[in-house]
Amino acid sequence: MPHFVVVGAGECGARAAFALREKGFEGDITLIGAEPVAPYERPPLSKEGLVHAHEPKFVAALERYAEQGIDLRLGIDATDIDPTGKVVTLTDGERLSYDKLLLATGASARSFPGIAGTGERIRMLRSQADALALRAALLPGRHVAIIGGGFIGLELAATARRLGADATVIEGLPRVLKRGVPEAIAELITQRHRQEGVDIRCDETIVAVEEGTDSAIVRLASGKEISADLVLIGIGAQPNVALAEKAGLAIDNGIAVNERLETSAADVYAAGDCCSFPLALYGGRRVRLESWRNAQEQGTLAAANLLGAENSISAVPWFWSDQYDLTLQIAGLADGAATMLRRDLGEDAFILFHLDETGRLLAASGIGRGNAVARDIRLAEMLIAARICADPAALTASHVKLKSLLAV
Amino acid sequence: MSGNWIEVCAADAIDEEDVMRFDHGGRTFAIYRSPEDDYFATDGLCTHEQIHLADGLVMDNIIECPKHNGRFDYRTGEAKGAPVCVNLKTYPVRVENGTVFIAV
Ligand SMILES: Cc1cc2nc3c(=O)[nH]c(=O)nc-3n(C[C@H](O)[C@H](O)[C@H](O)COP(=O)(O)OP(=O)(O)OC[C@H]3O[C@@H](n4cnc5c(N)ncnc54)[C@H](O)[C@@H]3O)c2cc1C
Ligand code: FES
Repeated sequence: MPHFVVVGAGECGARAAFALREKGFEGDITLIGAEPVAPYERPPLSKEGLVHAHEPKFVAALERYAEQGIDLRLGIDATDIDPTGKVVTLTDGERLSYDKLLLATGASARSFPGIAGTGERIRMLRSQADALALRAALLPGRHVAIIGGGFIGLELAATARRLGADATVIEGLPRVLKRGVPEAIAELITQRHRQEGVDIRCDETIVAVEEGTDSAIVRLASGKEISADLVLIGIGAQPNVALAEKAGLAIDNGIAVNERLETSAADVYAAGDCCSFPLALYGGRRVRLESWRNAQEQGTLAAANLLGAENSISAVPWFWSDQYDLTLQIAGLADGAATMLRRDLGEDAFILFHLDETGRLLAASGIGRGNAVARDIRLAEMLIAARICADPAALTASHVKLKSLLAV
Repeated sequence: MSGNWIEVCAADAIDEEDVMRFDHGGRTFAIYRSPEDDYFATDGLCTHEQIHLADGLVMDNIIECPKHNGRFDYRTGEAKGAPVCVNLKTYPVRVENGTVFIAV
């Protein structure tokens, strides 16, 4: 019986394990997860899920693992890989031989330079355990200072307000969501946060974060200081590559894989937040995506390739964020765009299309209440995948159905 | 089937290969018109996070949820893979004299 081992029981690892069975694999599957909880969805941790943090949203019902014959080992780390002898060693010293190995080790929250670690009042948000600790501190009248105006920081600010806590967001760059989000959308999100009472401060340099007994203090280069009950560091994530690095696998902003998710070692694959890969749709440039759908899709793709398929990554990057009743969705990668076009969808909902110099659609970013932009973003994603040079007039005219552009 | 037929809308109120929301008796449904001009009905809310499917995209016999693109076959309600794993309930539909009815 062949034995496939998946290291990392997150969205990607769990999806891969189930996909192996869906595709007919009858051998042994071991899924190893460092966290003591069964695989759960991370996106709710900063959003609605944080309001009811005691219950994570599981990727699959627990009994499904047993039903599918997936040996789920929780609360245990893989500490070493021997790619030559094809053995994975676990924290308890057990050695598992594998025929194929998938690394789905994900990413960790990046800590703030100069701060040794996190404490009672200085926290980060990546796991269910982090969310539980954070939830306990987000009470009416409490004040949370959030370092970083990225998605997690802003979603958390919105959730803090919903729970009656005060929130201050401190961003070093001139505006929030500088990476990957067009200015018009970031501006609308900023305005909304300010209306809701969030104090957003951009262009601020932090010189120190100190933890006291009753509060934590963020000291700014301007000489000002912000005192809060809790400081959350939300400055991005870094790929978990230690295990792969120790085993001598190629690393390049994540575990380096080719278009089929193969690492530099034979029969070892990597997928999800932990890996960087070439994206054919964008000229083969190497990217690492921290997105939920990417983790799912790559888990499924890895499963197919573990079983001998030679499928290449073809998915269009896709991301969403919820703040208050606003939803943002982005398909594609906008950097390198030469032109931007706007399609208004009424009630403050709009989509920005990003085209390259030949007129090819590279990306679409939309924002609106509820699911106002969802359908058009989904269609834009298909237009991007089809490498279409769409008629600019049709893109901007909201009465023209984007679906009709796909037919041509 | 309870056989309690409810009038929904004019048949041409739904575009071909599209979906519409219909609320009745405190419940919400999604009504579909397929590319072949057949009509179908399911529960309105996605089984992943209770988002209304009427904002989603119909392609052939699939409804894609607007929130995270979970997919269902709207003729049978079958969930077509992650992130959705729970099927949608479906309801009988009948079109008479240009009007759509569902049995709830
Ligand atoms: C708060 C938050 C909100 C988010 N919101 C959104 C959103 O709105 N939209 C979106 O698209 N994306 C969002 N994301 C990103 C999305 O959750 C990730 O892209 C996705 O979880 C990646 O899945 P993964 O399986 O690759 O990695 P992870 O989810 O990080 O899972 C990796 C798992 O592997 C384990 N592991 C690591 N090393 C080892 C080892 N050596 N041995 C055993 N186990 C190991 C880790 O403990 C972890 O459990 C959010 C993320 C966070 C943290
Ligand atoms: S709510 Fe429908 S896929 Fe998530």
